Amino acid sequence: MREQLPALIVVVPLLAALASPLVAYFSTTLVRWLSIAAILVAHLSSIGSLVHALTQGTWHYHFGGWAPPWGIEYVIDPLGGVMAVLISFVSLVVVVYSGPFLKEYDWLKKGIYYALFTLLTTGLLGMVVTGDVFNFYVFLEVSSLTGYALIAAGGNRATVAAFRYLLIGTIGASFYLLGIGYLYAITGSLNMADLAEKIPLIIDSPVVLLAVVMFVVGLGTKMALFPLHGWQPDAYTYSHPAAAALIAGVMAKVPAYAVLRFFFFIIVGSTGPVQSALEVMGWLAAAGIIVGSIMAIAQKDFRRMLAYSSVAQIGYIVVGLAIGNTFGLIGAMLHFINHAIMKSCLFLVAGGVKFRTGEHAIEKYAELSRKMPLTMGAFLIAALSMVGLPPTAGFFSKWYLVLGALEAGKWPYVVVIIISSLLNAVYFFRIIENAYMKKASPPLADKASSTLELPLQMLVPIVVLGLGILVLGIFNEQLVSQVLQYAIPGGGR
Amino acid sequence: MAPEILLDYRPLWAIMISLAAAVLILLTGERRANLRETWTILAAFGKAAIVFSMLPYILSGNVIEIAPLHVAKGIILQLRVDTAGMLFAALASTLWIVTSFYSIGYMRGHHETNQTGYFASFAVCLSATIGIAFAANLLTFFVFYEILTIATYPLVIHSRNDEAIKSGRKYLAYTLIAGQLFLIAIVWTYLLVGNGDFAAGGFLNLEHASVGALQTIFVLMIIGTAVKAGVMPLHGWLPAAMVAPTPVSALLHAVAVVKAGAFGILRVVGYVFGPEVLGQIGTADVLAWVAAFTIIVSSLIAMQQDNLKRRLAFSTVGQLSYVVLGISLLSPLGFLGGMYHIIAHAFMKITLFFCAGAINVTTHKTEISEMKGIGKRMPITMAAFTIASFGIAGFPFLVGFISKWNLALGALQADKGLFIAVLIGSAMLSTTYLLPVGYMAFFKSSDKFTKYGEANYMMLIPIVITATLSIVLGVFPNFGANFYDLAVMSAQSIVKSVQLIGGGF
Repeated sequence: MREQLPALIVVVPLLAALASPLVAYFSTTLVRWLSIAAILVAHLSSIGSLVHALTQGTWHYHFGGWAPPWGIEYVIDPLGGVMAVLISFVSLVVVVYSGPFLKEYDWLKKGIYYALFTLLTTGLLGMVVTGDVFNFYVFLEVSSLTGYALIAAGGNRATVAAFRYLLIGTIGASFYLLGIGYLYAITGSLNMADLAEKIPLIIDSPVVLLAVVMFVVGLGTKMALFPLHGWQPDAYTYSHPAAAALIAGVMAKVPAYAVLRFFFFIIVGSTGPVQSALEVMGWLAAAGIIVGSIMAIAQKDFRRMLAYSSVAQIGYIVVGLAIGNTFGLIGAMLHFINHAIMKSCLFLVAGGVKFRTGEHAIEKYAELSRKMPLTMGAFLIAALSMVGLPPTAGFFSKWYLVLGALEAGKWPYVVVIIISSLLNAVYFFRIIENAYMKKASPPLADKASSTLELPLQMLVPIVVLGLGILVLGIFNEQLVSQVLQYAIPGGGR
Repeated sequence: MAPEILLDYRPLWAIMISLAAAVLILLTGERRANLRETWTILAAFGKAAIVFSMLPYILSGNVIEIAPLHVAKGIILQLRVDTAGMLFAALASTLWIVTSFYSIGYMRGHHETNQTGYFASFAVCLSATIGIAFAANLLTFFVFYEILTIATYPLVIHSRNDEAIKSGRKYLAYTLIAGQLFLIAIVWTYLLVGNGDFAAGGFLNLEHASVGALQTIFVLMIIGTAVKAGVMPLHGWLPAAMVAPTPVSALLHAVAVVKAGAFGILRVVGYVFGPEVLGQIGTADVLAWVAAFTIIVSSLIAMQQDNLKRRLAFSTVGQLSYVVLGISLLSPLGFLGGMYHIIAHAFMKITLFFCAGAINVTTHKTEISEMKGIGKRMPITMAAFTIASFGIAGFPFLVGFISKWNLALGALQADKGLFIAVLIGSAMLSTTYLLPVGYMAFFKSSDKFTKYGEANYMMLIPIVITATLSIVLGVFPNFGANFYDLAVMSAQSIVKSVQLIGGGF
């Protein structure tokens, strides 16, 4: 069984997804436990694979025994392993949290929700463990399609948002497909390791250049890199409140992971199109950081504010990649993790507040600190982390990014990161002021039926992620020197 | 003689004890107020006990170190108790005890709301302050420095009204922006040197970078630290933050927060750059003049304030610049005087704020013009106020004199006699803005205050204690925590010479 771990990461949630509607017909409680169990198995398998990758080197798993470059290969290296652990962890937390939102659904809706949710998880996990660029595309579409459905599940306005995302997202994915098409045409291979050997020989070919451009546009669209982010605020704002944390927290991270994978592991070259592409992406990201932060300040809806903040935060990751030295990449990697946890936590809080009061508007957050002290406590930690104040996790990704930018002599990035921290402070402290100081008038509607501020299934995930941010911050060094430094190119073994 | 290094967890415990108290306070909550206050008192005494237990070892010229974990890759969260850190930690932990009692008296006397959050934030602030005192490298320092910024915010906005929110914003705007600039300088230093470990006499020098780069780093670091020390023109948040409850103003805005800024400047000047390098790059002179400007201008502004707390706030701005001035003179006695003024000002200013709070709670008067004849009603409080006022003005046999005497000698030592004129001028000015309060209280009569009615004992006793200490330390500057010796030893280590020339007091 142990040697099948990489396959389990994907196969178990996939099977669970397929079985979900059927199981739901018999028992809606069972389908919930099935999803939780499947994602838990995926999570444990990811951890097992990551440990294996760290202790015994990259794990190559040949699907069905077909050897690459003909068969599909799963590759768990520290980078993919870290991402898999992260995705499955956030997914696990969010699936636990989803429960209370689905109370009023009938069995079919519940079954479909869990099917979509586990399928989304499957797609995201598949992308990070696969060693095959076409297989990556398949998983990209799996996650995108389920993503569209989960966003559309949010209600009236969500359908428009989802449809728009569907159009733009499909175009983005097509660009990616064209990119790998060009690479396949010139190298005859779809295997990542194989490509990595062949491409450096033809790095100056215009076909590679074209492929790189396709990747920038395609992946840039999927990760909502400024100015390709138009679909994202609506999609995040109106998506299903239970799934929003997974969608906003990790869905955009995986295309960013793909940029790291493609531009640092597959199309390697110290000169050539990749460097220019990263340069361009870096500047776009820097602009996105500023624009996203300013737009976030202008928002009245909490989720929309978070969505714009995501445009800015994905910029941090891309800036880290554009800096390209060890510190920059560590910063980017750390920010993958930190931002996924922070943003998920914030969306869980948003969902929790919606669940309790039915409100999303920032001004309706008045007096929440009394009603929901633990939720707001988690929010406080996440907000401080977004601003980047020690000892929260956000400070340390910022630290490595600034360190990297200074080492590379790229001062403008330093300025951008610092300004962005301050803008973050502006929009997060506005909410803190509301939640802790303003008096609510008229008094808030209160849907709570029990003495607890939220059902335990929701409260525990929120608190876990909130504390997780502190733990990540305090123990960031262990994470960096024992895991992340092996995940970046040229690090460790 | 290389100092012996003792590996010991006590510095960590000194930080953690009030953090643990903060958690307990939050868990206990509003309903069991007495239990909640017990945690504060226990932590205050516990912290002081831990800090003072390290004192003898530090006084014998050794250091205590501990590195519990890494802050970031390649950088350890290192705590080191040296003489300067000991000085600051001993001061903060001593004054936390008196302030804790005073806080309880004040908060209850004033029927304040949100007391749980108040006491919890207070405890976190003290943890951060001790962390700042014991931080052994720049990043560790910065981590605690930012924690202090955030933990102070709930105290500034304590009253939750519009004015408080406005002040809170102002406070954050100043401190967060300056903090980010500080961060850039720190990152830069780590890149240039490879580490940021404080070393007496400095570790950053012209071998690492050009004069221009060093000057930029110095300016960024000074902005980061000077904003908390209220050096003009970065002082704007300080008077605004006086909307906070008086015990907050007393301990945080006269002792912990602002002194953390002053202490930061000491670390930057004495332990990052060192007098030698600063002499070469010449930026310390600019800082000295900025400090001198602040001293004079803030005194002039203070004279015009009618609100007692605002007047004290501007006085704080001026007095802190004494510390900054002393440090930036770069002469041995300047360092000594600056460091001792951290102590001297703390005891005097906390007395003044305590008195202002006591007046507010008992008579609900905040404006000086309304305090005519108040000496009849609150003679002990006003006597303490007057003593502290004399101290601020620098009268002999009061603690303020010792630091000012050394500052003046330090200015002579540095061949910058002109600063003595600044010191004298400011002393004159402070007599004009603080002593009249005492005069009005005792020698003007008013029909409003006819009967004796002091503040409750929870407030009165701390006032008497700090006022008495201001006198005792003025006569025996080494009383209790050997503050004077600690300052002497720190100054010696920074200038790397046992001779301080002249011998101070």
